[in-house]
Amino acid sequence: MEEASKISRYLYTVIVLFLIWLFLTASLDPQELGFGLLLSLIAAAFTYEIFTTGGLANLHPKKVAYAIAYIPYFLWAMIMANLDVAYRVLHPKRPIRPGIVKCRTVLNSDVGKLALANSITLTPGTITLDVDGENYFIHWIWVPDEAMTEKEDEHVKAASANITAPFEKFLKVIFG
Amino acid sequence: MSALTAIGEVLVLLGTFFYILSALGLIRMPDVYNRMQTATKSATLGSLGVIIGVGIWALGTDFGSAAWLTKTIVIAVFLLLTNPISAHALIRAAYKSGIPLWEGSVVDKYREHIDAKTTETETPEETPEEGGEE
Repeated sequence: MEEASKISRYLYTVIVLFLIWLFLTASLDPQELGFGLLLSLIAAAFTYEIFTTGGLANLHPKKVAYAIAYIPYFLWAMIMANLDVAYRVLHPKRPIRPGIVKCRTVLNSDVGKLALANSITLTPGTITLDVDGENYFIHWIWVPDEAMTEKEDEHVKAASANITAPFEKFLKVIFG
Repeated sequence: MSALTAIGEVLVLLGTFFYILSALGLIRMPDVYNRMQTATKSATLGSLGVIIGVGIWALGTDFGSAAWLTKTIVIAVFLLLTNPISAHALIRAAYKSGIPLWEGSVVDKYREHIDAKTTETETPEETPEEGGEE
Protein backbone atom coordinates (compact mmCIF):
# COMPACT_ATOMS: atom_id res chain seq x y z
CA MET A 1 0.00 0.00 0.00
CA GLU A 2 1.43 3.38 -0.98
CA GLU A 3 1.76 6.03 1.68
CA ALA A 4 -0.97 8.64 1.96
CA SER A 5 -0.15 12.34 2.26
CA LYS A 6 1.02 13.69 5.62
CA ILE A 7 -2.07 15.81 6.23
CA SER A 8 -4.38 12.84 5.62
CA ARG A 9 -2.43 10.64 8.04
CA TYR A 10 -2.44 13.44 10.62
CA LEU A 11 -6.23 13.93 10.35
CA TYR A 12 -6.84 10.19 10.66
CA THR A 13 -4.77 10.04 13.86
CA VAL A 14 -6.69 13.02 15.28
CA ILE A 15 -10.02 11.32 14.55
CA VAL A 16 -9.00 8.06 16.23
CA LEU A 17 -7.58 9.80 19.30
CA PHE A 18 -10.66 12.00 19.63
CA LEU A 19 -12.94 8.96 19.45
CA ILE A 20 -11.02 7.35 22.31
CA TRP A 21 -11.33 10.61 24.28
CA LEU A 22 -15.10 10.63 23.67
CA PHE A 23 -15.43 7.11 25.04
CA LEU A 24 -13.21 7.79 28.06
CA THR A 25 -14.96 10.96 29.18
CA ALA A 26 -18.49 9.98 28.07
CA SER A 27 -19.69 13.58 28.21
CA LEU A 28 -20.79 16.04 25.52
CA ASP A 29 -19.95 19.19 27.53
CA PRO A 30 -18.45 21.73 25.05
CA GLN A 31 -15.53 22.47 27.40
CA GLU A 32 -14.56 18.80 27.59
CA LEU A 33 -14.95 18.37 23.82
CA GLY A 34 -12.78 21.43 23.11
CA PHE A 35 -10.02 20.33 25.47
CA GLY A 36 -10.14 16.80 24.08
CA LEU A 37 -9.80 18.12 20.55
CA LEU A 38 -6.83 20.26 21.59
CA LEU A 39 -5.09 17.29 23.25
CA SER A 40 -5.83 15.08 20.22
CA LEU A 41 -4.25 17.65 17.90
CA ILE A 42 -1.11 17.85 20.08
CA ALA A 43 -0.76 14.08 20.59
CA ALA A 44 -1.41 13.37 16.91
CA ALA A 45 1.35 15.79 15.88
CA PHE A 46 3.86 13.63 17.77
CA THR A 47 2.56 10.20 16.87
CA TYR A 48 1.02 10.22 13.39
CA GLU A 49 4.24 9.11 11.69
CA ILE A 50 4.26 5.74 13.43
CA PHE A 51 0.50 5.41 13.86
CA THR A 52 -0.66 4.94 10.28
CA THR A 53 0.52 4.73 6.71
CA GLY A 54 -2.91 4.61 5.08
CA GLY A 55 -4.34 7.91 6.31
CA LEU A 56 -7.96 8.80 5.73
CA ALA A 57 -8.30 5.99 3.16
CA ASN A 58 -8.81 3.71 6.18
CA LEU A 59 -12.23 5.30 6.67
CA HIS A 60 -13.54 4.19 3.27
CA PRO A 61 -17.22 3.11 3.81
CA LYS A 62 -16.63 -0.38 2.44
CA LYS A 63 -13.74 -0.95 4.85
CA VAL A 64 -15.75 0.34 7.80
CA ALA A 65 -18.72 -1.87 6.87
CA TYR A 66 -16.48 -4.95 6.66
CA ALA A 67 -14.85 -4.05 9.98
CA ILE A 68 -18.27 -3.81 11.66
CA ALA A 69 -19.36 -7.11 10.10
CA TYR A 70 -16.11 -8.68 11.29
CA ILE A 71 -16.85 -7.98 14.99
CA PRO A 72 -19.76 -10.45 15.50
CA TYR A 73 -18.03 -13.01 13.27
CA PHE A 74 -14.89 -12.77 15.38
CA LEU A 75 -16.75 -12.84 18.69
CA TRP A 76 -18.60 -15.97 17.59
CA ALA A 77 -15.29 -17.65 16.67
CA MET A 78 -13.93 -16.64 20.07
CA ILE A 79 -16.87 -18.15 21.96
CA MET A 80 -16.47 -21.37 19.98
CA ALA A 81 -12.76 -21.32 20.88
CA ASN A 82 -13.58 -21.17 24.57
CA LEU A 83 -16.12 -23.99 24.36
CA ASP A 84 -13.39 -25.95 22.57
CA VAL A 85 -10.96 -25.20 25.41
CA ALA A 86 -13.61 -26.18 27.96
CA TYR A 87 -14.10 -29.51 26.19
CA ARG A 88 -10.37 -30.28 26.06
CA VAL A 89 -9.72 -29.28 29.67
CA LEU A 90 -12.72 -31.00 31.24
CA HIS A 91 -12.60 -34.21 29.15
CA PRO A 92 -11.05 -36.95 31.29
CA LYS A 93 -8.83 -38.27 28.48
CA ARG A 94 -7.50 -34.78 27.58
CA PRO A 95 -7.83 -35.08 23.77
CA ILE A 96 -4.86 -33.15 22.41
CA ARG A 97 -2.54 -33.86 19.47
CA PRO A 98 -0.37 -30.74 19.26
CA GLY A 99 2.08 -29.69 16.62
CA ILE A 100 3.54 -26.65 14.88
CA VAL A 101 2.20 -26.18 11.36
CA LYS A 102 3.01 -23.76 8.59
CA CYS A 103 0.44 -21.53 6.87
CA ARG A 104 0.61 -19.06 4.07
CA THR A 105 -1.34 -15.80 3.89
CA VAL A 106 -2.46 -13.58 1.03
CA LEU A 107 -2.34 -10.36 3.10
CA ASN A 108 0.28 -7.76 2.20
CA SER A 109 0.11 -4.97 4.80
CA ASP A 110 1.80 -5.22 8.19
CA VAL A 111 -1.32 -4.16 10.10
CA GLY A 112 -3.32 -6.83 8.31
CA LYS A 113 -0.77 -9.46 9.29
CA LEU A 114 -0.93 -8.30 12.90
CA ALA A 115 -4.73 -8.49 12.89
CA LEU A 116 -4.60 -11.97 11.38
CA ALA A 117 -2.06 -13.15 13.97
CA ASN A 118 -4.23 -11.81 16.79
CA SER A 119 -7.35 -13.42 15.32
CA ILE A 120 -5.57 -16.76 15.01
CA THR A 121 -4.40 -16.61 18.63
CA LEU A 122 -7.92 -16.08 19.94
CA THR A 123 -9.75 -18.70 17.86
CA PRO A 124 -10.14 -22.47 18.28
CA GLY A 125 -7.03 -24.44 19.12
CA THR A 126 -4.41 -22.27 17.42
CA ILE A 127 -1.77 -19.80 18.63
CA THR A 128 0.67 -17.85 16.48
CA LEU A 129 4.28 -18.72 17.18
CA ASP A 130 6.12 -16.68 14.56
CA VAL A 131 5.45 -14.69 11.41
CA ASP A 132 8.12 -14.56 8.74
CA GLY A 133 7.12 -12.78 5.55
CA GLU A 134 4.05 -14.56 4.27
CA ASN A 135 4.62 -17.68 6.37
CA TYR A 136 2.81 -18.19 9.65
CA PHE A 137 4.03 -20.77 12.16
CA ILE A 138 1.13 -21.85 14.29
CA HIS A 139 0.95 -24.14 17.29
CA TRP A 140 -2.16 -26.23 16.77
CA ILE A 141 -3.65 -28.21 19.64
CA TRP A 142 -5.30 -30.83 17.40
CA VAL A 143 -3.54 -31.33 14.05
CA PRO A 144 -6.09 -33.02 11.74
CA ASP A 145 -5.23 -35.95 9.49
CA GLU A 146 -5.16 -33.98 6.24
CA ALA A 147 -2.36 -31.75 7.58
CA MET A 148 -0.16 -34.71 8.57
CA THR A 149 1.06 -35.39 5.02
CA GLU A 150 4.78 -35.41 4.32
CA LYS A 151 4.50 -33.18 1.25
CA GLU A 152 5.11 -29.52 2.02
CA ASP A 153 2.54 -28.11 -0.45
CA GLU A 154 -0.39 -30.25 0.68
CA HIS A 155 0.42 -29.57 4.31
CA VAL A 156 0.48 -25.80 3.84
CA LYS A 157 -2.72 -25.93 1.77
CA ALA A 158 -4.64 -27.97 4.34
CA ALA A 159 -3.44 -25.88 7.27
CA SER A 160 -4.19 -22.58 5.55
CA ALA A 161 -7.68 -23.68 4.55
CA ASN A 162 -8.41 -24.47 8.20
CA ILE A 163 -6.72 -21.57 9.98
CA THR A 164 -6.08 -18.44 7.93
CA ALA A 165 -8.66 -18.61 5.11
CA PRO A 166 -11.82 -17.91 7.19
CA PHE A 167 -10.45 -14.54 8.37
CA GLU A 168 -8.66 -13.49 5.22
CA LYS A 169 -11.83 -12.76 3.29
CA PHE A 170 -12.61 -10.01 5.82
CA LEU A 171 -9.10 -8.79 6.58
CA LYS A 172 -8.17 -8.59 2.90
CA VAL A 173 -10.82 -5.89 2.43
CA ILE A 174 -10.18 -4.09 5.71
CA PHE A 175 -6.39 -3.85 5.59
CA GLY A 176 -5.38 -4.98 2.10
CA MET B 1 -33.47 -5.36 40.18
CA SER B 2 -33.82 -4.48 36.52
CA ALA B 3 -33.12 -6.48 33.38
CA LEU B 4 -29.78 -4.70 32.86
CA THR B 5 -28.59 -5.80 36.30
CA ALA B 6 -29.53 -9.39 35.52
CA ILE B 7 -27.68 -9.34 32.17
CA GLY B 8 -24.59 -7.88 33.86
CA GLU B 9 -24.64 -10.50 36.59
CA VAL B 10 -24.93 -13.33 34.07
CA LEU B 11 -21.99 -11.92 32.06
CA VAL B 12 -19.80 -11.65 35.18
CA LEU B 13 -20.70 -15.22 36.16
CA LEU B 14 -19.78 -16.51 32.69
CA GLY B 15 -16.52 -14.56 32.83
CA THR B 16 -15.53 -16.06 36.18
CA PHE B 17 -16.39 -19.53 34.84
CA PHE B 18 -13.91 -19.02 31.99
CA TYR B 19 -11.31 -17.73 34.49
CA ILE B 20 -11.63 -20.99 36.43
CA LEU B 21 -11.34 -22.95 33.18
CA SER B 22 -8.18 -21.02 32.32
CA ALA B 23 -6.60 -21.86 35.69
CA LEU B 24 -7.63 -25.50 35.34
CA GLY B 25 -6.03 -25.59 31.89
CA LEU B 26 -2.73 -24.45 33.39
CA ILE B 27 -2.79 -27.51 35.67
CA ARG B 28 -3.98 -30.12 33.20
CA MET B 29 -1.99 -29.32 30.06
CA PRO B 30 1.36 -31.07 29.55
CA ASP B 31 3.73 -28.35 28.25
CA VAL B 32 4.15 -24.59 28.01
CA TYR B 33 2.70 -24.32 24.48
CA ASN B 34 -0.57 -26.06 25.31
CA ARG B 35 -0.82 -24.09 28.54
CA MET B 36 -0.55 -20.85 26.61
CA GLN B 37 -3.41 -22.04 24.40
CA THR B 38 -5.86 -22.50 27.25
CA ALA B 39 -4.62 -19.60 29.36
CA THR B 40 -4.79 -16.98 26.60
CA LYS B 41 -8.18 -17.81 25.14
CA SER B 42 -10.12 -18.39 28.32
CA ALA B 43 -8.57 -15.50 30.22
CA THR B 44 -9.29 -13.06 27.38
CA LEU B 45 -12.96 -14.01 26.98
CA GLY B 46 -13.34 -14.25 30.77
CA SER B 47 -12.00 -10.71 31.16
CA LEU B 48 -14.27 -9.42 28.39
CA GLY B 49 -17.28 -10.97 30.11
CA VAL B 50 -16.41 -9.58 33.54
CA ILE B 51 -15.49 -6.08 32.30
CA ILE B 52 -18.46 -5.56 29.96
CA GLY B 53 -20.69 -7.25 32.53
CA VAL B 54 -19.70 -4.69 35.19
CA GLY B 55 -20.48 -1.88 32.74
CA ILE B 56 -23.96 -3.20 32.02
CA TRP B 57 -24.58 -4.09 35.67
CA ALA B 58 -23.84 -0.50 36.70
CA LEU B 59 -26.36 0.83 34.16
CA GLY B 60 -29.15 -0.96 36.02
CA THR B 61 -28.29 0.49 39.45
CA ASP B 62 -29.30 3.97 40.63
CA PHE B 63 -25.71 5.31 40.95
CA GLY B 64 -24.66 4.07 37.49
CA SER B 65 -24.46 6.11 34.29
CA ALA B 66 -23.53 5.61 30.63
CA ALA B 67 -19.93 6.58 31.49
CA TRP B 68 -19.49 3.16 33.13
CA LEU B 69 -20.30 1.33 29.92
CA THR B 70 -18.13 3.46 27.60
CA LYS B 71 -15.11 3.21 29.91
CA THR B 72 -15.44 -0.53 30.27
CA ILE B 73 -15.72 -0.85 26.48
CA VAL B 74 -12.45 1.05 26.02
CA ILE B 75 -10.73 -1.19 28.58
CA ALA B 76 -12.14 -4.32 26.94
CA VAL B 77 -10.96 -3.27 23.47
CA PHE B 78 -7.45 -2.50 24.72
CA LEU B 79 -7.32 -5.86 26.48
CA LEU B 80 -8.58 -7.65 23.38
CA LEU B 81 -5.87 -6.02 21.24
CA THR B 82 -2.92 -6.50 23.63
CA ASN B 83 -3.55 -9.92 25.21
CA PRO B 84 -2.82 -12.04 22.11
CA ILE B 85 0.35 -10.04 21.43
CA SER B 86 1.74 -10.81 24.87
CA ALA B 87 0.84 -14.48 24.41
CA HIS B 88 2.63 -14.47 21.06
CA ALA B 89 5.73 -12.85 22.58
CA LEU B 90 5.80 -15.35 25.46
CA ILE B 91 5.37 -18.47 23.32
CA ARG B 92 7.97 -17.25 20.83
CA ALA B 93 10.44 -16.51 23.62
CA ALA B 94 9.78 -19.98 25.06
CA TYR B 95 10.58 -21.58 21.70
CA LYS B 96 13.69 -19.45 21.16
CA SER B 97 15.06 -20.36 24.59
CA GLY B 98 14.86 -24.03 23.66
CA ILE B 99 11.93 -25.38 25.65
CA PRO B 100 11.01 -28.70 23.97
CA LEU B 101 7.57 -29.61 22.67
CA TRP B 102 5.54 -32.24 24.49
CA GLU B 103 6.57 -35.76 23.41
CA GLY B 104 3.08 -36.35 21.99
CA SER B 105 3.50 -33.56 19.42
CA VAL B 106 3.18 -34.71 15.84
CA VAL B 107 4.80 -32.11 13.58
CA ASP B 108 7.28 -29.26 14.01
CA LYS B 109 7.54 -27.23 10.82
CA TYR B 110 9.17 -24.30 12.63
CA ARG B 111 12.29 -26.31 13.48
CA GLU B 112 12.68 -27.22 9.80
CA HIS B 113 12.26 -23.57 8.85
CA ILE B 114 14.90 -22.37 11.32
CA ASP B 115 17.33 -25.10 10.26
CA ALA B 116 16.87 -24.23 6.60
CA LYS B 117 17.48 -20.56 7.37
CA THR B 118 20.62 -21.03 9.47
CA THR B 119 22.27 -23.32 6.91
CA GLU B 120 21.47 -20.77 4.21
CA THR B 121 23.00 -17.82 6.02
CA GLU B 122 25.85 -19.47 7.90
CA THR B 123 27.65 -21.31 5.13
CA PRO B 124 28.81 -18.23 3.20
CA GLU B 125 29.77 -16.42 6.40
CA GLU B 126 31.84 -19.22 7.95
CA THR B 127 34.25 -19.79 5.10
CA PRO B 128 35.93 -16.35 5.08
CA GLU B 129 36.19 -16.38 8.90
CA GLU B 130 38.03 -19.67 8.91
CA GLY B 131 40.30 -18.45 6.15
CA GLY B 132 41.16 -15.34 8.18
CA GLU B 133 42.12 -17.32 11.29
CA GLU B 134 44.45 -19.57 9.42
